[in-house]
Amino acid sequence: MKEYGKKILRENVVTIVFAVLCVLGFIASGQTFSYVLSEVASRLFRNFGLVFSLVIPVIAGIGLNFGIVLGAMAAQAALIFVTHWRIQGIMALIIAAAICTPLAILFGFLLGKLFNKTKGQEMITGMIAGYFANGLYQMFFLVLIGTLIPLTDERIMIYTGVGIKDTLKLEDSVINALDNIWKVRLDILSRPLFEAAAVILILLAAGTIRKKAPGWKEKLAAYGVYGAGLAAAVLLCIFNPSVSFAMKFTTVPMVPMILMILIGLLVNSILRTKLGQDFRAIGSNMKVAASAGINVDKTRITAIILSTILAAWGQIIFLQNIGNFTTYSSHEKVGLFAVAAILVGGASTKKATIRQGVIGIILFHTLFVIAPLAGKALLNDAAYGEYFREAISYGVITLSLVLHISSRVRKKVRK
Amino acid sequence: MNKRMKKIVNTFGVPRLIIMGYLLVLLIAMPFMGLQMEMLYTQAFGRIGMYGVLVLAMLPAIESGIKMNMALPLGVLCGLFGGAMSLEAGLDGWGGFAGAIAISIPIAVVVGILYGIILNKIKGSEMMIATYSGYTAVAVMCIVWMALPVRNAEIRWPQGNGVRSIVTLTGKYEKILDHFLEISITDELIFPTGLFLFFGGACLLVWLFMRSRTGILMKTAGSNPVLAEATGISVNKMRILGMTISTVLGAVGIIVYAQSYGFFQYYMAPLNMAFIAVAAILIGGATVGKATIFNVVLGTILYQSIMTFTLPIANVIMPEGNLSEIVRIIIQNGIILYALTKAGEHR
Repeated sequence: MKEYGKKILRENVVTIVFAVLCVLGFIASGQTFSYVLSEVASRLFRNFGLVFSLVIPVIAGIGLNFGIVLGAMAAQAALIFVTHWRIQGIMALIIAAAICTPLAILFGFLLGKLFNKTKGQEMITGMIAGYFANGLYQMFFLVLIGTLIPLTDERIMIYTGVGIKDTLKLEDSVINALDNIWKVRLDILSRPLFEAAAVILILLAAGTIRKKAPGWKEKLAAYGVYGAGLAAAVLLCIFNPSVSFAMKFTTVPMVPMILMILIGLLVNSILRTKLGQDFRAIGSNMKVAASAGINVDKTRITAIILSTILAAWGQIIFLQNIGNFTTYSSHEKVGLFAVAAILVGGASTKKATIRQGVIGIILFHTLFVIAPLAGKALLNDAAYGEYFREAISYGVITLSLVLHISSRVRKKVRK
Repeated sequence: MNKRMKKIVNTFGVPRLIIMGYLLVLLIAMPFMGLQMEMLYTQAFGRIGMYGVLVLAMLPAIESGIKMNMALPLGVLCGLFGGAMSLEAGLDGWGGFAGAIAISIPIAVVVGILYGIILNKIKGSEMMIATYSGYTAVAVMCIVWMALPVRNAEIRWPQGNGVRSIVTLTGKYEKILDHFLEISITDELIFPTGLFLFFGGACLLVWLFMRSRTGILMKTAGSNPVLAEATGISVNKMRILGMTISTVLGAVGIIVYAQSYGFFQYYMAPLNMAFIAVAAILIGGATVGKATIFNVVLGTILYQSIMTFTLPIANVIMPEGNLSEIVRIIIQNGIILYALTKAGEHR
């Protein structure tokens, strides 16, 4: 049992450190829980698509796909056009999703081809590919539009008639179009959510006891921990005034939440199909998979295409919540923040799940929200917090990559 | 004939040929566009000398087997720190320049060794981790710059504490190398002799080192680690050595850069310094695993010439946009991508 505890501690060191930082930062910032909860909730429901898009490539052994930036670019290109056509409301988002999907498939295909030529160096390749594609993207929207590609639109173009403006505001009816369809206050929503969670936990636990598959005791213990957590959460919501106030204060955009659940289930069910097994096979050993008759290169390309499509949809969900975007830079940090978030959730270059994505977003963005505030409260200067945020995002990626890869290298040497 | 063509294409590589062709077109087109050529050549000389040492910093890293040193910002930060300290101490002229270098080198040695130890634990993923280590260091140093209790009003923010984002070297050691033994061929065409002497001297030192006993051992460790280990060379030590030299050159390189540019830039400025140097040495013909002084020199000349000559032409074609910046992004990252695909083929 002690060994088991140690193992959990070692594998989740980044997550645990981050959770501690979040708690300390929250205390230092002096902010109310309601503010932090509502901020983190809105960030969870706009970032999930980008983070979930990272899961499949990790399973397929490609590592963290920094190339999701290309998916984000596809989404932005689509949004620029629907804004130009003045399509209103939810229709705009649906059409944008329809336009960006084939684009994302194409980009994903090209990216996959590139990754197949740079096996072992996919992460750095994805990053540089993002920078490179950014050059082409700027070439297209800043130089070619209005010159080679005829287009006139005063609202979204620079006054010279060449190039799209630096910041692009979506049509008013498009902003928050998904969020506004159906909103529910968290205190009202929490009851059915808690009940559903309790029922699912009980069913899972019952199933485990009945099957008694190997390792079922550990599994049961884990369910016990979840159950205790759930009970604690329910008690907190009822009896702690600041928590119960925060629940009333926070509203949940239902459609993004449902999309989050659907996309999560979609990724998980893809991983259960034959294709998913192939992903896992090439992820654990490419050579063995190839000799078992799996077309490794093709499967890898499929993984990247799926990832790019999810990233493109994710970016649309993200941007409809924000409402406007800086045309030439808002995609740049998409890869950075998504990767940092899923790593905080406990993922590695070899292992990633949807659950880690959700935990990661919550922890990472909690720190994101409170870091500037804590910086201001502690050092009387908000700029510290800004830099602290950058340092944390980069530092988390560096630290977890060093930890995961060094332990893998050590294992290899021992063999 | 066809075979010979193919051989030429293979040795130079398609992107390198495109870049050379592009430069040729630029050089031919420029006089016709009525551009002031002499001043542009002067600018190109300046830029080549300015970036030279930073590009040179890639060589020991590549040769020692840690591939392209994406963590160049580590060295750059050491140089920036040395620069800040030299100004804080009120040094100017040659004393200031030498002081900045003298302060930054020991720090760079320590940083290089520590980072080299980390690199030895993550063999195979050096470039990715190096990139993010560089980014992390830059972001962490932003906090340090803000908190650094400097007293000298010339480098401190006008209000409050911390180092300014841009510190001017005017009246300190701005262009001290550029102006040393400077040759004015015409009024506009000026050759910065001192800058090139420094770059040449640095190249010579690295060239000599690579031919010394230690240099050859390092090269062996880099090109064939298994063989090197079998013959009793400590591959890990050699990799640390390569990283350390690279970091020191990065520190010296940014000071040379700053004296030529006239400013030290703090905060996020060093973030993407590595990519410029990486792209340059690759354009010069280096690969992820092999580089020579010739690659360094040729690459710096080609890359910086393109950057200098594209700007005025781009301004003629598109006065309000930043076409030259877009071209830079595409060339710089295109060549790095190409090198990565080539590195994959050898396996």
